[in-house]
Amino acid sequence: MISLSVSETASPATPHAPGADTTIRVEDVSVTYRTSLERKPTFKSTLLRLGRRERVVREVEALKNVSLEVHQGSVLGIVGANGAGKSTLVRTMAGILPPSVGRVEVHGRVSTLLALGVGFNRDLSGRENVILGGLAAGLSREQLHAKYDEIVEFAELEDFMDMPMRTYSSGMYGRLGFSVAVNMDPDILLIDEALSVGDAKFRKKSFEKMRELCAQARTIVLVSHALGSIEQLCDTAIWMHKGELRMQSDPESIVHAYTKFLDVGEDAFTMEDL
Amino acid sequence: MTTEIETTARDIVPPGEGEERHVEWEGEQHVYEPHRVGIPPLGPYVRELWRRREFAFELSRTTLRAQHFETAFGQLWLVLNPLLLAFVYFLLVDILRHGHRPHGFFAHLVGGIFVYYFFSGAVRESVKSVTGGGRLVLNTAFPRILLPLSTVITAFKRFVPTFFIYIPIHLISGLPVTLADLWVIPIVLTIAMTAAGVSMFVAALQVYFRDVKSFLPYVLRIWMYASPILYYANEIPNHWNWLLKANPIGSPLAAWSEVLQKGHAPPPVDMLVGLAWGAGLLVTGALFFMSRERDFAVRL
Repeated sequence: MISLSVSETASPATPHAPGADTTIRVEDVSVTYRTSLERKPTFKSTLLRLGRRERVVREVEALKNVSLEVHQGSVLGIVGANGAGKSTLVRTMAGILPPSVGRVEVHGRVSTLLALGVGFNRDLSGRENVILGGLAAGLSREQLHAKYDEIVEFAELEDFMDMPMRTYSSGMYGRLGFSVAVNMDPDILLIDEALSVGDAKFRKKSFEKMRELCAQARTIVLVSHALGSIEQLCDTAIWMHKGELRMQSDPESIVHAYTKFLDVGEDAFTMEDL
Repeated sequence: MTTEIETTARDIVPPGEGEERHVEWEGEQHVYEPHRVGIPPLGPYVRELWRRREFAFELSRTTLRAQHFETAFGQLWLVLNPLLLAFVYFLLVDILRHGHRPHGFFAHLVGGIFVYYFFSGAVRESVKSVTGGGRLVLNTAFPRILLPLSTVITAFKRFVPTFFIYIPIHLISGLPVTLADLWVIPIVLTIAMTAAGVSMFVAALQVYFRDVKSFLPYVLRIWMYASPILYYANEIPNHWNWLLKANPIGSPLAAWSEVLQKGHAPPPVDMLVGLAWGAGLLVTGALFFMSRERDFAVRL
């Protein structure tokens, strides 16, 4: 793997015409997985259930034959109802959930900001969580140290970094998560339902940051229920329905079709859009 | 997991255009495809593992820092537990033996318990490593095997200070100090391999059965009694001798005691059996873990 030092010295920020190159190619991808119906599966309950032929494992077909391409420097919006496979699609692009069938090709370094946010251990401090998360994501220690101050400053959490994350408010959680994801110099940023982060001021800041990333020819994939954000930020959009790609078009058409489908009229924006 | 193909843009675009695109994509390309028999391609997996090794060390360091490992009292505390355990067992075994203890028995007991503590500590901590990894496992693509491996590193770091406690006990017991004592290094290494294999196995199993954690202390306690720690390997009655070979850490522990007590090289058969168990469990444990790894993101 060629390290990021290439990008730091050679500045890849020369913008290219959108649509010139395919950054993410999803070819006929299906994802099925088995999930347990029990909240905490145990050996004991398995033993006790023996002979009763009760099914506690369910097969989920989260994606069915999805194909799409995302071009460099573009912003793709994904809309769809709960359980439509939006998050699965993003996780497949991130390599967290490999496809059951098909092929996903991703060119560039991916940074994810998924619904659950950063911080895997609430007992560790914000600083430790950022460092561990960054190392797991494949950054080197030097890169992390170089980025660290920027991350903290953007999240406006200077006074809280050495406190355990369990003391954080949900807004602080979200801000740190967003800040880590956007400040890691990603070529591709995958965002799942994270725009409702923080207060109005931070939301404005995060919009600006994403625009800035677009201007640098970074690619963004955005999953959101906030249809207004999809229209404002995206170049193209797709509509997922029950694991299938239902429609792919410009954001306005998608939002229009989707709201019509929801049968609630054009002005039914979610509260996040205020 | 990540099927990452190490390639520069040159490999995927016609020559001539390569130079320009190289900068553009920063030479990073990922291809995700279905896993054959559930196991991700091994070459890229191992490369990714190596590239992110810092994560396992940092996680171990962070865990230890939370336990105040860097302070003198923190270290003392970690040593105190196995040491007190050794006193308890010494009392028990000495009574059972009617006070007829061989020369250097206390050193044998303490050394055995310390090295067993390394093994059991790694396994006990690793069981929660994946289920406790929660959001990181859900949000980031990285070789999950780093999580149980990190607990083995932690257990090893906790083992090192106990070894320094052992040294004065060894000397006071009047046991020989020879060059053959260096055999403890490959012995600890084989035990570490076994510990890593078992750790990966239980960490993956815990995702499916959340009560593995509750069974584990019993298993580890029985495992300790079945190992030549409270007794010498040569005291095992003939009809129980198979147990020593069937126990993955039985032979290494016998060798450990042999080296430290007698100051000569261990019987090659003990080393070979230990190495075979260690390598076998490391490979099967790793393959089992990797074959289940894709599931973790949806099972947590």
